[in-house]
Amino acid sequence: MKPAPFTYHAARSVEQAVALLGALAPEGGRILAGGQSLVPIMAFRLAQPSHLIDINRIPGLDRMAVDGDRLSVGATVRHAAFRASAVPGPLGGLLATVAAHIGHGPIRARGTLCGSLVHADPASEWCLVFATLGGEMVAHGPRGVRTIAAAGWFRGIMTTALAEDEMLVEARLPLLVGGARFGFCEQSRRAGDFAMAMALVTYRVVDGRIIEPRVGIGGAEAVPRRVTAAEAVLDGHVPDPAAFARASDVAAASIEPMEDPQIPVTLRRDLVRASTRRALLGSLQ
Amino acid sequence: MMGWAGRPILRLEDPALVRGQGHFTADLPARFRVRFVRSVVAAGRIVRIMPPDGATVFTIADLAGVKPIRPMLHKFGYIPIEQPVLADGIVRYVGDPVAVVVADSDAAAEDIADQVEVEIIAAAPVTNARDAAAPGAPLVRAEVPGNIVVEAAIETAGHRLAISRTHRVVACSVRSNRQNASPLEPRAAHAAFDPASWRVTLTATTQTPHMMRTVIADLLGIREADLRVIAPDVGGGFGQKMSLAPEFVVLVWLARHLRTSVAWTEDRRENLMASFHARDMDLSVTGAFDAGAKLIALTGEVLANVGAYAPYPNTAAVEPLMSLAELPGPYDVAEYACRVRGAVTNTCSSAPYRGVARPALTLAMERLMDKAAREFGIEPWDIRRRNLVTRFPYVSASGLTYDPGTYLETMERALSMADAPSFRARQAVARAAGRYLGIGLSTFCERTGYGSPAFAARGMDVTPGWETVRIAMDPSGAVEARIGASPHGQGLETALAQIIADELGVTPEAIRVIHGDTDDTPYGWGTFASRSLVIAGGASLLAARKVRRKLLAIAATMLEADAADIMLDDGAARIVGTDRTIPIATLARASYHQAHRFEVEPGLAESATYDPAGTFSNACHLAIVEVDVETCAVSIERFIVAEDAGRLINPMIVDGQIRGGVAQGIANALLEEVVYTDAGDPLSTSFADFLLPTVREIPRIEIAHLQTSATPSITAAKGLGEGGAIGAPAAVMNAINDALAPFGAEIDEMPATPARIHAALREAG
Repeated sequence: MKPAPFTYHAARSVEQAVALLGALAPEGGRILAGGQSLVPIMAFRLAQPSHLIDINRIPGLDRMAVDGDRLSVGATVRHAAFRASAVPGPLGGLLATVAAHIGHGPIRARGTLCGSLVHADPASEWCLVFATLGGEMVAHGPRGVRTIAAAGWFRGIMTTALAEDEMLVEARLPLLVGGARFGFCEQSRRAGDFAMAMALVTYRVVDGRIIEPRVGIGGAEAVPRRVTAAEAVLDGHVPDPAAFARASDVAAASIEPMEDPQIPVTLRRDLVRASTRRALLGSLQ
Repeated sequence: MMGWAGRPILRLEDPALVRGQGHFTADLPARFRVRFVRSVVAAGRIVRIMPPDGATVFTIADLAGVKPIRPMLHKFGYIPIEQPVLADGIVRYVGDPVAVVVADSDAAAEDIADQVEVEIIAAAPVTNARDAAAPGAPLVRAEVPGNIVVEAAIETAGHRLAISRTHRVVACSVRSNRQNASPLEPRAAHAAFDPASWRVTLTATTQTPHMMRTVIADLLGIREADLRVIAPDVGGGFGQKMSLAPEFVVLVWLARHLRTSVAWTEDRRENLMASFHARDMDLSVTGAFDAGAKLIALTGEVLANVGAYAPYPNTAAVEPLMSLAELPGPYDVAEYACRVRGAVTNTCSSAPYRGVARPALTLAMERLMDKAAREFGIEPWDIRRRNLVTRFPYVSASGLTYDPGTYLETMERALSMADAPSFRARQAVARAAGRYLGIGLSTFCERTGYGSPAFAARGMDVTPGWETVRIAMDPSGAVEARIGASPHGQGLETALAQIIADELGVTPEAIRVIHGDTDDTPYGWGTFASRSLVIAGGASLLAARKVRRKLLAIAATMLEADAADIMLDDGAARIVGTDRTIPIATLARASYHQAHRFEVEPGLAESATYDPAGTFSNACHLAIVEVDVETCAVSIERFIVAEDAGRLINPMIVDGQIRGGVAQGIANALLEEVVYTDAGDPLSTSFADFLLPTVREIPRIEIAHLQTSATPSITAAKGLGEGGAIGAPAAVMNAINDALAPFGAEIDEMPATPARIHAALREAG
């Protein structure tokens, strides 16, 4: 046993989990979902939660379904659930493409999408998806249920709008309309490593021109975000390599890269440029 | 029928391992589990150590009679440095063991260790060799002036004159960053006291059980007979497990002190920060060439960061001295001067790791050759054609004798496999399209299977080299071979069985190779330095021949024939050219139970020792890479190995050794790096930070074998355990540099991370 001592609670319902969390969060209680981030840092004793509230046994939390114009993803839906297209249409393809970049097989089998959103690592693929597509998060807590838009969710490195006594029960993504195109590109040291930079783009083409472009950049700044300046370059233009190159240059110039001795700021900008252009070029396929 | 040696038979040791039936140290039950409290500062003085109430915690004060680890070298001005088995008032790196916790479970021990308060007055650490060697640097240890623990130099008589007369001088400085060997199984030890005999049995992850018994008995002041050391199945070592872990000494002391069994299993974080590191080296080489691009004189300057302590038995001089002797590598150069130094620092100790300095030496020489080729305007293979040793035996400028090899031939084979001339055309087309391909060569030779004379040249207190093998055929005809070598994943049991089977006329399956138990095997040195197949294999051959002679004598009597007319094959002795046979099992039974009938001594147990001079294997590695100049990522398109390890006893095992070594070498070139902050904090404490290669980063490795049989090795086999790791880094680095040539960018520091490639491209403009 590597972690510091803690008390383990197996919650049987969301209500029970939320009640436990409300009582235990002030003394360091944490939710345990897939555990692919929390458990390793507990093994290093960098995190020493006094209580773990395991939500894996709660019936129904693994629900993933299309509700109207949204895809709902329950708190225990694993990364691996997205490898096969989880939903018809372009969103399913997008999620399958992105999921392939998350860690390795064992991590994808245990780790959860909602857990990634709560952990909010700057290099998280799912966080980039939500920041780019504009999802929403459903949080349950002692003060009731609230829905938080992705735009207000990410507050900083591993910091979100979720209160310490709240549990993320479900995350929702808008479906992409038919004909929407997408592209994703991630740069990492090895296959499965954390992103040094990544880009997710979506748009539609009407009358040969780009409309509704979204350009999301992750892994480069403290939080993933859309780069509206790059979107403006694309909006109304023909989807061709020249426009893509211009948008990529703007994306690279727009970001404020994180400092990291292993990844100098200038390299990070180059990686953002390359990721954006390649994601855009990938959208043509 | 065809002999067993030379066939790619499946490894006899694998069925148990792949079924989960192996025996590993950490599986053993123990009364107590042990956790070490380690220093969290790189340098400082311990004020006090305060365990929580009721905890069982020992410090060096409790282990007062235990001697410090102090390997000795009687040459090269080596300054012996001591390592107490637990810190004795001073901590010298982050991870230095300070105290030991004994508890009922690993979890309890870890919780208690967390609560042990260690008050340390921190001092300014020195973490890299350049700072340590600079004038006025703080002293890491008072007894080591200038922080230089070993300094050695060589200069041939005509070196200066040759340099003054040469046509062109090419200089090259390379840096090899620090690595951890990262065996699959971290270190572990289990020590059990037997009240009946007052002996302790230490079961541990070691490559050198007999040497461990000697040194631990010495340090504890007990008789070797009172200690038994067992190396059970060991999950890889790569050199990291040949050196003495101070933790092992503490475990044996605890077992004796508590009169029970205690066990310790290192976690990965401990392994990464506090086992042994390697290859933290700066090298500058200068080549003086004549007008025909022939190397006339070579000058080298090597500075190694040896860390805080000296590993037993090799001492802190192992990487510098390897550099001094082997820098010239496969190249013919008459005049040679070199200075090597080892600097102590407040970092984890450096110890042998697969290749010992030679990955970095090869990088220096191979970069030098490629730079020189560029200056002369010739291809990398052309300059090597003019400089590789082709006449054997060859005596190097540092005094080593190279037995026959195929230095040029392996390169030509690799070039032909890669279709090198047509690559240049493909490269040009790719460049025009904005894709940057590069080809890189690495030609090297590797001293393997060296016996005691080679080690004696280093002046070590402990001079390894020879191996003894005892072979006994029992009355049922089954064979047991007891060896002093200590394989830990190499497949040596299978290869030795193949050698012995050919002598005794039985199948390899009939032979059990017993190793890794000081109670049950002859004294020997263990498995390291690409030595076991050559030396234990040679001793196996010699011992098997003795048993064979007895079998033939017995068969001659029983078949009423001349021994010279009898062959042993397929489980029977046969009079050549007839159908008159007798089962070998019958001969075995008779040798024990009808001994009075024969003129040879009863029984079929024989022993032999082999102590060879050593033999050089050689290879050429060739990499074709693509550098993405936008992201600074490197992908390896092809990796080719043309090698010569003499006669291949088991070609499948040979290929496995090469592939494993090449994977480590590719990681050396691209991924793995132990990083310390200036304050001496290790940043590479998990596999998220110390990047091992995965199957996705390693390409298919294409292998060709040449087999030089004219070797002093009596089995005609040369060693090859380290070659993959030695050659691969330079091939990858040369290929990256070839790809970057259009930009005028050069990168001579490994690993070639995206950040370093990016910096090289920016520097070149």
